[in-house]
Amino acid sequence: MLLAATIGGCGDGDEDARLTVSAAASLKPAFEEYASSFEEADVRFSFAGSDELAAQIRRGARPDVYAAANTALPDALFESGDVEMPVTFARNELVIAAPADAGDIDSAGDLAAPGVQLVIGDPDVPIGAYARTALDRLPDAERQAILANVRSEEPDAFGIVAKLTQGAADAGLLYASDVTVTDGELRTVRLPAKLAPDVRYGIAVVSGSGAEREAQLFIEGLLEGAGAEAMKDAGFLPPPEGGAR
Amino acid sequence: MTRGRWFPPLLILALTLALAFLTLPVVAIFVDVRPGDLLAALDDDESLDALRVSLETTLVALAVIVVVGTPAAWFLATREFRGRALATTLVELPLVLPPAVAGVGLLAAVGPEGFLGPALADAGVELVFAKAGVIVALVFVASPFYIRLAQAAFSSLDPTLLDASRTLGATEARTFTRVALPATLPSLAAGAALAWGRALGEFGATLLFAGSLQGTTQTAPLAIFARLSTDFPGALALSAVLVALAAAILLGVKLSTGRGIGGAPAHS
Repeated sequence: MLLAATIGGCGDGDEDARLTVSAAASLKPAFEEYASSFEEADVRFSFAGSDELAAQIRRGARPDVYAAANTALPDALFESGDVEMPVTFARNELVIAAPADAGDIDSAGDLAAPGVQLVIGDPDVPIGAYARTALDRLPDAERQAILANVRSEEPDAFGIVAKLTQGAADAGLLYASDVTVTDGELRTVRLPAKLAPDVRYGIAVVSGSGAEREAQLFIEGLLEGAGAEAMKDAGFLPPPEGGAR
Repeated sequence: MTRGRWFPPLLILALTLALAFLTLPVVAIFVDVRPGDLLAALDDDESLDALRVSLETTLVALAVIVVVGTPAAWFLATREFRGRALATTLVELPLVLPPAVAGVGLLAAVGPEGFLGPALADAGVELVFAKAGVIVALVFVASPFYIRLAQAAFSSLDPTLLDASRTLGATEARTFTRVALPATLPSLAAGAALAWGRALGEFGATLLFAGSLQGTTQTAPLAIFARLSTDFPGALALSAVLVALAAAILLGVKLSTGRGIGGAPAHS
């Protein structure tokens, strides 16, 4: 079938099909890997905070695919008619990330120690919202102490990773996949199950996309195929049993 | 006589296009924001904190820029030395650097793992996640605007004026403060205004180098970005405040000097 598409490409312009994918910053490594093997279209990415990308779409920007680090944003865009029915295509785990060469942080409780420089996401982006969900499950005093250690609220996962790899911060709340792709520069401290929020990634074809077929194929490959492999390699978890809701 | 008659209309057309394009986004901000919203936006903590942080950091940055930049510009303008062209180019470099590059460069230089990082840490200087870091980023991106205008102003001073001062026995310091500064004050003010405007709008270098935290390092542009998705009207309102501030700066320069930024230097 791939072969047919490639050969057919000469005639019907398939080869030049272009797919614009707006995706959460945390998806960058997995999606770029996937795109290199995706033959249906020439994929172009716009990586940023999920909320920023959603705002662009709401204001009329028209990528072909929107992938977010939660399901609330795609659902909201579906409600407003900006995207087609979203599906859940991956899960992730919120973890404490710390520079590999610093050993002071070994549990969620350590984040409350005075003087710890903590970096989390802005409350408006999923990574920041998840962090607050986790912190809200802590006793009040501990939560306050941790929030008092927050030194920066970054607009996306990139910003948090950068502040940690630059040694500017002692710890951050990140997705497990963000830590995986730093190749050992950062290490993971897992959150207790009772704190860890349920991190799900939603994806949808943007309404009015000129490349609906390619967009659909791109999403299918993420659920099963090269995309799913790339997601796994990048440290993501498969979607919940029963898959696409 | 008819030859070349097409040229003036072409100029008018070009100017009309340029004006329409440059004012459209600014007009759109005010079309979308009702005056009531504007006031409401000024009334919530996040906006107020952001404006306060912006004013504090830009004013301190401006003071640093003027205090260091004025004598530096004087030196560049009045001395012939080997490497002057190079020095001038180096001063101009941040003008054309993307702010993200400025942020990365600052991290690499004075960040915790930068090559001056350990020395700064020993001295107890904290820049990342601190207001001081915002100020460093602002000084880096905005100072060239001031230094270049000040250098141009000093260079265009009438040499006979400086010679006269010298022949009358004035030291260079005295010539600088009593003759050069008063004569170039309008240009220096215009340069300072331009640098201030640039500092107020700084986004990328600040975010990369200093981070973003309400009340500490979150400047107005960072706050606009943070609320873009959840509160677009709020983002618009805060933008409108910045537009008003920028317009006030321009107007202030215009009124106090009788000309706009970048106008012909005052020869007296």
